[in-house]
Amino acid sequence: MARAMTSAVFTGPRIGAVDGQQGRVSALATGFRADRRRQTIGSLFLIGPLVAFIVFAFVLPLGTMLFHAINNPEVRNAFPMTLASLEDWDGTGTPPDAAFDALAADIRASADPKTMAEAGRRLNYEITGFRSLLAKTVRTVRAAPEKSARIQLLAIDGNWDNPAYWRVIQRNGAPLTAFYLLSAVDLRPGENGGVQMAPREERLFLSTLMRTLTISALVTVICLFVAYPIANAIVAIGGRFSAIMLACVLLPFWTSLLVRTSAWIVILQKEGVVNRLLQALNITNAPLELVFNRTGLYIAMVHILLPFMVLPLVSVMKGISPSYVKASASLGAGPVTTFLRVYLPLTLPGVGAGCLLTFIISAGYYVTPTLVGGASDQMLSYFVAFYANTTINWGMSAALGVLLLTCILALYGIVGRIVGIGRIVGME
Amino acid sequence: MRTRFFAMMASAALVVASPALSRDLTVVGFGGATQEAMRQTLFEPYRNKVGTPLLEESYTGGIAKVKAMVETGTTTWDVVQMDENEMILACDQGLLEPFDWASLPNSAEIIAAAKSDCGVGAFVWSKILAYDGDKTSGVTSWADFWNLEKWPGKRGLRKQARMTLEVALLADGVKPEELYAVLATKEGQDRAFAKLDEIKPSIQWWESGAQPMEWLASGEVTMTSAYNGRVIAANQQGRHFTMSWTNQLYAMDFWAIPKGGNRDQAFDIVNFMTSPDPQKAFAEKMVYGVTNAKAMDSISADIKPQLPTAEENMAGALAVSTPFWVDHEEELQQRFNRWVAQ
Repeated sequence: MARAMTSAVFTGPRIGAVDGQQGRVSALATGFRADRRRQTIGSLFLIGPLVAFIVFAFVLPLGTMLFHAINNPEVRNAFPMTLASLEDWDGTGTPPDAAFDALAADIRASADPKTMAEAGRRLNYEITGFRSLLAKTVRTVRAAPEKSARIQLLAIDGNWDNPAYWRVIQRNGAPLTAFYLLSAVDLRPGENGGVQMAPREERLFLSTLMRTLTISALVTVICLFVAYPIANAIVAIGGRFSAIMLACVLLPFWTSLLVRTSAWIVILQKEGVVNRLLQALNITNAPLELVFNRTGLYIAMVHILLPFMVLPLVSVMKGISPSYVKASASLGAGPVTTFLRVYLPLTLPGVGAGCLLTFIISAGYYVTPTLVGGASDQMLSYFVAFYANTTINWGMSAALGVLLLTCILALYGIVGRIVGIGRIVGME
Repeated sequence: MRTRFFAMMASAALVVASPALSRDLTVVGFGGATQEAMRQTLFEPYRNKVGTPLLEESYTGGIAKVKAMVETGTTTWDVVQMDENEMILACDQGLLEPFDWASLPNSAEIIAAAKSDCGVGAFVWSKILAYDGDKTSGVTSWADFWNLEKWPGKRGLRKQARMTLEVALLADGVKPEELYAVLATKEGQDRAFAKLDEIKPSIQWWESGAQPMEWLASGEVTMTSAYNGRVIAANQQGRHFTMSWTNQLYAMDFWAIPKGGNRDQAFDIVNFMTSPDPQKAFAEKMVYGVTNAKAMDSISADIKPQLPTAEENMAGALAVSTPFWVDHEEELQQRFNRWVAQ
């Protein structure tokens, strides 16, 4: 926008310089410029709400999320003196007496109880038990500080003799941290500056990410195979019947997600409609496990996401003139060849848009897997919610959000390279 | 993140739009049968006593919402039911009004364990082993819970590390008084997970307290861990569920007061809810233990032996350690999540 304005300002004088009649032209140019300025301001006003919407709905929240994933203020706020005293410490052996004194001084100096609690929470992520160690220390030191901080701290808990605890404090003096992002891909900061794999029993997120992507991919494929014939039928039939079919696809779209998901539990459970019908027809003689597992999850997710696949397909198919198919037939191609070489390529933009939309939405699914899935079907957003709500570890939940966002953007990039983003969104 | 942002914007807009907003006192519980009992025995009597309106809300726990309210200055929850470690986390972060025990009217009557820096014990609940007495018999301990040969069928457990790892160790013969020392070590944690491995394919995981009762009724599970109050509520509706109190796990729920609400009114209702008569009424309705010593004495003789705090039920009981879980929840829950998904 700014560039457009400058060029508008500079166009005037240049015309004036070429033209000989300076006075009249410059008056004209001034008028012209004022006019352009009014237009620019007018258009700025018009796009103002849009810019504000994008800033408030996307840029700010996403920016906040990215920032939470690397923000590391807790230890820095709580222990300024301790961090200063540890600056020259090499990380081996117990730290100097000055560090113990500084720690006690920091504890006495912190007026807000929240500062120490937040630092304890942060340190506890790296060494379990640090929270209660610090809480205990804060209570004792505040109540009755002693002359020798070292003797007092060691009397409170022998762990203060362990350099690992001090190294964690030292390491978290930096304002930004990679800890959460590393944890999100099952890595830990190593003791000597490098990076190492998390202990085996704590590796969780890479496998969850793979599960999330697998479930999303399969849901997308199933949706495509179900939606393609439906969309084709809606377009081919035409008239009132097609409107009814479209309404059938859209109807569930207008009910709450929670209602649709719960309905599937009722339908698919052991004593549910499906199982009773199957047994009544003697197809099965024991109830099938259709819910609280992967099967139930796929059924519910495909049903919920189907409209996102049908709608782009319908809109693309409507634009394909029937004469192409007729032409192909009149040139002697059979129905299969016509479909594969004429109709299918023409619908590809719809396929691309539908797949991308379905995949991205299902990768972020939370409610449905939580309700319909089993213990081993939880997707990444389950853990985002766990950290955000239960343990208030916003750094970790933001880092997992970043992980998911990165994967989606990468996918978007790859598909964009192959198919072309313009084609997917229907701009070409 | 984005939803929270929108929620903040929306509540900010509300505050701006209604400058002279005078809110009614709002009490928030965990819903279900427990909150229903609270409504009848605590909220309604208080409303009748003071004559001012009282609103109720429910939530499923977690301190995220309280944190968001207090930090944006939009507190609309005045009194909140919280489990102990969430209350301590919220207290540490300065989200809750401190309780000045010296000046609170009920102070002398409340049992020591129920007096916390930022809350007062609302009731004592337990997790016990439950089974349908019409279909199963003879089950007496968590070790029997692991005996799939004698009692085949699925087992219900809550999908959560807290109290599940304890159950595993109790079943493995660890004494309640040593349990948290064992669970604090890597070997103890390995032992708990190894014990759970033995019955893993037979476990059906529940997430809300109502589920195990439905499953017992429909026969989906043979035995389950459950909250004692839920079992009694189900039996009042004609079931014949039996509880094994051996090595029961008990804990306390708290009333806490978020900062920035109707502070005086909040303390008033909390004081009312922890006074003898309402506590007695609630305990007789829900059969959860009381935190007011005077209320304990007045509870009717047929209810008393069913309470978690009854003497015979307390033998071999495990007090769930809040300090342990404040430190270990994140680490062990992560390991649990990984184990459960394998």
